[in-house]
Amino acid sequence: MANDALRLDPRDELVTHLGPMRAFALSLTRNGAQADDLVQETLVKAWKNLDKFTPGTNMQAWLFTILRNSFYSSRRKSAREVADPDGIAAAGLSEKPAHDGVLALGDFMVAFRQLPVEQREALSLIGASGFSYDEAAEMCGVAVGTIKSRVNRGRSRLVELLSADGEDFVSITDLVTEAVVNTTARGGGFAG
Amino acid sequence: MTVGRDQQALEQQIKENLRRVFRDKAEEKVPDRFLDLLAQLRQLDEVKDGQ
Repeated sequence: MANDALRLDPRDELVTHLGPMRAFALSLTRNGAQADDLVQETLVKAWKNLDKFTPGTNMQAWLFTILRNSFYSSRRKSAREVADPDGIAAAGLSEKPAHDGVLALGDFMVAFRQLPVEQREALSLIGASGFSYDEAAEMCGVAVGTIKSRVNRGRSRLVELLSADGEDFVSITDLVTEAVVNTTARGGGFAG
Repeated sequence: MTVGRDQQALEQQIKENLRRVFRDKAEEKVPDRFLDLLAQLRQLDEVKDGQ
């Protein structure tokens, strides 16, 4: 078939998915260096298992599945190695500052980073990468309803967090306005 | 209702931000370490195939 002749060698196709893999890895790890280590691990595993990839199917979905499995596997391993009964280490991780080049959307990222990993993953797959609910469910090994629920809860939580930010901003602005108005009323304004 | 409209606008912003953050990261220049790694893996395969 003509399509077969035109189809990329899977090894050549790998490189075209590196960017999305790095973005997905970052959404899971929340840390640029860890994300790139995860992508590297995924690449090696994918290369060794390329014979298991079915040409013509979605390579990005296949790579994302390997990536998330590697992430959760090393997370389980770390949990066994690092006893953290009080959640102190985990709290430190969630407060980690951004070093990943997406500071332009600081508020959004701060809120996104606070979501549980399952919700970040579901939002990244559905909202950002454009996978269908069915595809995401298959990649995550859960029911479609579970993915839908994670997406909905993630979005609702983001709305809550970002709305709260907005309210804080409004109340601060109001205080500033009030101070300026009071100062002006006392004759301390800019008008001469 | 204003509150409903605000919420819808916020949800829309969230969707757009999510896509934008992901797209920005995905479009970053890929670090050389990954291209080097792929080249090494390919070389290893060629050595294996040659044996």
